[in-house]
Amino acid sequence: MDYFMLFVSAIFINNIVLVQYLGTCPFMGTSKSTDVAIGMGAAVIFVMLMATAFTWPLQHYVLTPYGIGYLQTIVFILVIASLVQFVELFLKKVIPPLHASLGLFLPLITTNCAVMGVAIMVQRSNYSFVKAMAFSLASGIGFLIALVIISSIRERLDVSPVPTVFRGIPVALITAGVMSLVFLAFQGMAA
Amino acid sequence: MVTSSILVLFLLGLTAASVLAVAARILHVKEDPRVVSVEACLPGANCGGCGYPGCSAAATAVVNGDAPPELCVAANMETATRIAAIMGSEVQFKEPKVATNICSGGSRANLLFDYKGVEDCRAEALLYGGEKSCGIGCIGLGTCVKVCGFNAIRLSDAGLPVVDWNACRSCGKCAEACPTGAIRISSVASVLLHLNQTDDCLAPCMQKCPAQINVRRYIQQLKQGDMRGAMLTIKEHNPLPLAVGRVCPAPCENICRRKIVDEGVAIHTLHRYVADWEMQSGTRVNLHCNPPSGHKVAIIGGGPAGLSCAYFLRRVGHEPVIFEKREHIGGMMRGIIPEYRLPAKVVDWEVQTILNLGVETRTGVAFGRDVTLADLEKEGFEAVFIATGAWKVPPLGIDNDDAEGVLDSISFLHGVGHVYTDLRGKTVAVVGGSNTAMDVVRSAARLGAEVVALVPCIQRKMSANKEEILRAVEIGGDLRYMTAPLAIEVENGAVSGVTYCDLAYDNPEKPVGEPKPVSGTKAFVRADMVIAATDRLVDDGPLCDAEGKPMFKKDKKTGGITANPTTLQTDIPNVFVGGEVHTGRSILIQAVADGRRAARAIHFHVTEGAVPEPDNQQVQVIPESILKDMRVNYSIPRVQEPLISMDERRHTFKEEVAGSIAYEKARKEASRCLRCGLTCYDADAGAEYTLDEDVTVINAPGGE
Ligand code: SF4
Ligand code: SF4
Repeated sequence: MDYFMLFVSAIFINNIVLVQYLGTCPFMGTSKSTDVAIGMGAAVIFVMLMATAFTWPLQHYVLTPYGIGYLQTIVFILVIASLVQFVELFLKKVIPPLHASLGLFLPLITTNCAVMGVAIMVQRSNYSFVKAMAFSLASGIGFLIALVIISSIRERLDVSPVPTVFRGIPVALITAGVMSLVFLAFQGMAA
Repeated sequence: MVTSSILVLFLLGLTAASVLAVAARILHVKEDPRVVSVEACLPGANCGGCGYPGCSAAATAVVNGDAPPELCVAANMETATRIAAIMGSEVQFKEPKVATNICSGGSRANLLFDYKGVEDCRAEALLYGGEKSCGIGCIGLGTCVKVCGFNAIRLSDAGLPVVDWNACRSCGKCAEACPTGAIRISSVASVLLHLNQTDDCLAPCMQKCPAQINVRRYIQQLKQGDMRGAMLTIKEHNPLPLAVGRVCPAPCENICRRKIVDEGVAIHTLHRYVADWEMQSGTRVNLHCNPPSGHKVAIIGGGPAGLSCAYFLRRVGHEPVIFEKREHIGGMMRGIIPEYRLPAKVVDWEVQTILNLGVETRTGVAFGRDVTLADLEKEGFEAVFIATGAWKVPPLGIDNDDAEGVLDSISFLHGVGHVYTDLRGKTVAVVGGSNTAMDVVRSAARLGAEVVALVPCIQRKMSANKEEILRAVEIGGDLRYMTAPLAIEVENGAVSGVTYCDLAYDNPEKPVGEPKPVSGTKAFVRADMVIAATDRLVDDGPLCDAEGKPMFKKDKKTGGITANPTTLQTDIPNVFVGGEVHTGRSILIQAVADGRRAARAIHFHVTEGAVPEPDNQQVQVIPESILKDMRVNYSIPRVQEPLISMDERRHTFKEEVAGSIAYEKARKEASRCLRCGLTCYDADAGAEYTLDEDVTVINAPGGE
């Protein structure tokens, strides 16, 4: 039950983009087509999991014991960025087709605040390692869902008679706002 | 605290940097510098049209030798040449391709599908890519617009995709993404060689036209004033628009959807209008021809089928040579079909357009006498197309059918104007009910003769065009229906008349089968000349081998050489036949259509060694395309062709009887076309003429 609530909360109630307003730049930038959105969402899930897997031990075995928790942000940035770089090198050598299809998204995620945000939230909530991993997976799924929804809408908007001044980003922002309102309705269902 | 912080960060940074440095070394992927150069040449659209996941993968494939330098569908020849230079290889000619929207439905397609909630076809299409009754038409989803990486497609106000041909790089994404198949990628060759398929969006007229001309499209182009475009559309399927526009009986008009409410569109008149526009402009519309492929094809016979085959072969890039027995190229179009229907100068102009593409001709060379199949093979021809026509008129098979004064239709028509210049005071009896027979009636009447025609059936069953029969009667021809000659009467060795009898069908109410002579109905008609125009048969003299044995099987019914109906390939694999030598006596447009079918087959035969049959070929009229009823909002009377006066017809042979119409009239007629799809049509066609006094508003648009 615990885990179920954790999932529902991370995916819907506290959706990383629509409720926490983190990672809005890839949300706007890569949501023009559903295919790209799915690619981006998958890459984000992958990187979030990796980031939590590395930052959680770092926080628990280095930063907290040595009393240097205040370095959290800068350390996490360094670690996540290096991690993504490493993953890129690794994929290029070992699984070139996966690298070719993800290639564009990995560098985009390097400094993505959603990834960073999840890494930090995990620490604030004092989750165990397994719970932390579950939380980041659920947050990633929440990001993917938001992205797929908005990209599907934007695909229709592209060919709909939208007034010229609203075309493109403006109407996308309005849509995102409405989606956000919709997600806020989950508020109060659980923590 | 500051020191420890700096230290921690420094150590962490150092670790990360070292790990990355080591990883970079171990995981280093050696890149061929050529990959980078090749990639730099590619447009970088990552469209995937080449079959690789993106330009980088495409470049790698080229360098690894897995793909040719011309692989990029989005790039032009220049790019391919640059890549070839990097790779030190040669570029092969790559035909340019473009996307075309084949659906003219758009918002009208919607009219047919009133929204009926979630289960409505459009809702289904949106949600599940589901079906709607027209499997082809555009429903304006705009998927194509979205997937195009080159901004080459937009949706028009009517919700139909419009392709910008200059921007289109033919990557094929749109065609792939379109859920209804309304967008296709095609090159010139593929358009020229495409045969109608049941899953194409086919207006009834396009189904019925033997040459499968895209009637709907050229009529629309004519209406918009795009005459060049209209000409090019016609020439996709018919290289002889001037001749066809003059003598075609227009089977398409009989099935035109507009006929359900009033009269069919005057398709044939519009066809001629477009063709005349080109000739009158004095310049020929530029036609794209692929560079020579090195495949040589011999064409026996310079009639319409031979010319058509040569034209299509040349346009797709092969090198045809026409061998013609007579002095002139043009077959029956030149010298047999009378001047007042199809002037020789018009035929010459049209033939020249085809020859200008680079078709070689050798006139005065008879097949079987001066050149044989073996000779042609020796000379390097990879395929032979036989289109020698049906020039033999069978004797009447009655007493005295060889008497002096008995002629066959071909020799008579050939001699009109030089051998036969004046028949005043004479009576001519013509036997037969074909177009050729009507030509004979009209020519003899113009030369001053009194003409009686013995037609062996009722008017409706005659093979001649309705127009031709009307013209023959107008000029004074005495057409005696349901009669057959019994014997030719002779006086002093020359014809003096014909005895004939009446015919009757077994059941006069239902005229089916062959009518039989009625006993006791003998009659006599005086005549100075009797002209047999009953039929025309294939002369198989030249189609025999050295020992005199026939080289090909013949169809018992038509008398033509048998061949595969789609590929026109005979039992000798590299020999193809078409035109009347295959079908027996037929219409001009059928010969033109055969020429294209044969060109398609020959193209595959010489390039791939086997001729594929197209899938789902349309052979019959697709039943659902003929709607039972329909609603049209405006009724505009059909245009009438101007005709010269009867007096002029009697005194001149050179002037054409039917003239061309003016642009305004052509435009108005074009507005009658409903731009039909398979099941949809434009009920509002012609709305711009509402205020004209001859236009009736039938249903107020928008009302039920
Ligand atoms: S077709 Fe050309 S532009 Fe498209 S991915 Fe292949 S190489 Fe790149
Ligand atoms: S209305 Fe136009 S498109 Fe329809 S059948 Fe007649 S000519 Fe063809």
